Amino acid sequence: MSAPLPAAIELARRHRWQWWEVLPWAAGLAAFFLFPTYLAFGTQVLVTILFALSLDLVLGYAGIVTLGHAAFFGAGAYTVGMLAAHWGWTEPLSGLLAAALVAGLVGLASGWVLLRTHGLTLLMLTLCTMALLEQAANMFSGLTGGFDGMPGLSFKPILGLFEFDVLYFRSQYLYALAVLLLCFLLVRVLVYSPFGRSLTGIRENVLRMHAVGAPVRARQVIAYGISAALAGVAGAVFVHATGYVNLAVLGLERAAGVLIILILGGYGRLYGAFVGAILYMVLEHTLSKAYPTAWQLGLGLGLMAVALYARNGVLGLADALRRRWSAR
Amino acid sequence: MDLVSTLLGGLAAGMVLFIVSVGLSVTMGLMGFVNLAHGAFAMLGGYVVVYSMRHWGLPFSPALALAFAAVALFAVVLERTLYARLYRASELDQVLFTIGLVFVMIALVTLGVGPESQRVVLPAWLAGQTDLGFLKYRTYSLALIAAGTLLMLALWLGFERTRIGAKIRAAVDNRRMAESVGVDVGRLFTLTFALGSGLAAVGGGLGAEILGLDPQYPLRYLAYFLIVVAVGGLGKVTGVFFAALLIGVLDFVLKIYFPKGGTMFIYALTLVFLLARPQGIFGKHGA
Repeated sequence: MSAPLPAAIELARRHRWQWWEVLPWAAGLAAFFLFPTYLAFGTQVLVTILFALSLDLVLGYAGIVTLGHAAFFGAGAYTVGMLAAHWGWTEPLSGLLAAALVAGLVGLASGWVLLRTHGLTLLMLTLCTMALLEQAANMFSGLTGGFDGMPGLSFKPILGLFEFDVLYFRSQYLYALAVLLLCFLLVRVLVYSPFGRSLTGIRENVLRMHAVGAPVRARQVIAYGISAALAGVAGAVFVHATGYVNLAVLGLERAAGVLIILILGGYGRLYGAFVGAILYMVLEHTLSKAYPTAWQLGLGLGLMAVALYARNGVLGLADALRRRWSAR
Repeated sequence: MDLVSTLLGGLAAGMVLFIVSVGLSVTMGLMGFVNLAHGAFAMLGGYVVVYSMRHWGLPFSPALALAFAAVALFAVVLERTLYARLYRASELDQVLFTIGLVFVMIALVTLGVGPESQRVVLPAWLAGQTDLGFLKYRTYSLALIAAGTLLMLALWLGFERTRIGAKIRAAVDNRRMAESVGVDVGRLFTLTFALGSGLAAVGGGLGAEILGLDPQYPLRYLAYFLIVVAVGGLGKVTGVFFAALLIGVLDFVLKIYFPKGGTMFIYALTLVFLLARPQGIFGKHGA
């Protein structure tokens, strides 16, 4: 390890690509060839990573604590589902755009209204917005299928070339990986841009950002909208891959789940979403069916431990260990 | 008559919400601690009541008292050992920690008692109906309304007329100022945390008849307790009282007349209300 760099150089270098940043994508591709029978599960993991990444933008970078992020995942999912079920719009890529648009608009609108509050009130309002959408999806069953949702949707081939693979999820997996890569690049550019820096500034010290004249609320609302659009894309990919939508895409369970995933992995550091989603979903996949109660107990204890001792998640722990190692 | 009986049912549910939530409002107001595990204390109280009645043959009222004492004690231990470490932590850590605590309690109850829902067997003097002259109504619901009103009065007196109450009000309004004139806010918090959790336990026992009792209880009613506190205002006993009654009655009425979308109106109203008055019913703006 070299000596610590002066702050200016450090800042100028932050956004540069590191060699290890290829690894997640190489691993993603390798998994495609190594675990051909687990691709359905792999697709779920990729969708969850994208969802957690969208949350990282508001929670980790803009510092907005929300309990209702599944609202946007659900908005995207229902957009794609309803377009396919009622209007026969089954082209996936335009579906993604439509989902991003709808979820983004919901995010901008709700963010514009909600982000004037903070603390407990904001927490409650995000929860209420999500619950409201959930109840609406339940109530207008003519459009949304109500409690049962919309099963058995099918979509046109991606780019007109790749059929969705109902049995092995091969094309779904690669599709999800590609969408995740694109969205990740967007988020990466965003958080290292001046816009992203000002979000971090708002998270660290709102008063000072007001004092230097940054348009705090506008920045927060825009970040909230972009994050909502990304969450909507995640919801859309979920529906494309699985072919169904139901109320579970919108619930508190999904919102709390993605929050837990992001914090387990480490928020505000881009790759926390990856580590958290893989760790959480693999553990859940292997444990929750066989020992549901033990899984819940372990998860609860794990969360308490993270809150008390490892505030920056697994990646934060790894960082601390690495620093201790290199200090020797 | 139909309207009156619907109203009474809603009031009874509202009273349960009040008894459970009031402690949450005061502790959140004092420390700004986001305690999502409050409902788990209510659930534990319900289980203590059911267990002590079934296995030790305790009558209903002593069982409630036991639930209060046991859960209050448990809460003090938790507060001193774990909660206290997180007072200066971020909201997010508090949310995470208390969600974790909820999961742990759900899992422990599931392991210890089982996932099925439990029934509280009401004593003979609370079962059946009471003739109010113009209408016969369930004795238990009437008793709940009476108990909730009495508790409200007692808490109000305690808050407005005692020295401790004055200290709590002072600390909720301005913690640093209260500390600098010599109020030990930490000890005050431990005390109110114990009291609030104990009350939640009583609410869990009293309300099991209406809200049910099973391991998923803390998650199912989390939003309700939080809505009551947010609408009522932090650290405001009267505000929480009226918010709980309002939401109890609205929920009850809407679920009867709009069984499908009833809950949606509650959320929509809460949303609009909180946007208009983020400080709660009686909150001062900019406080």
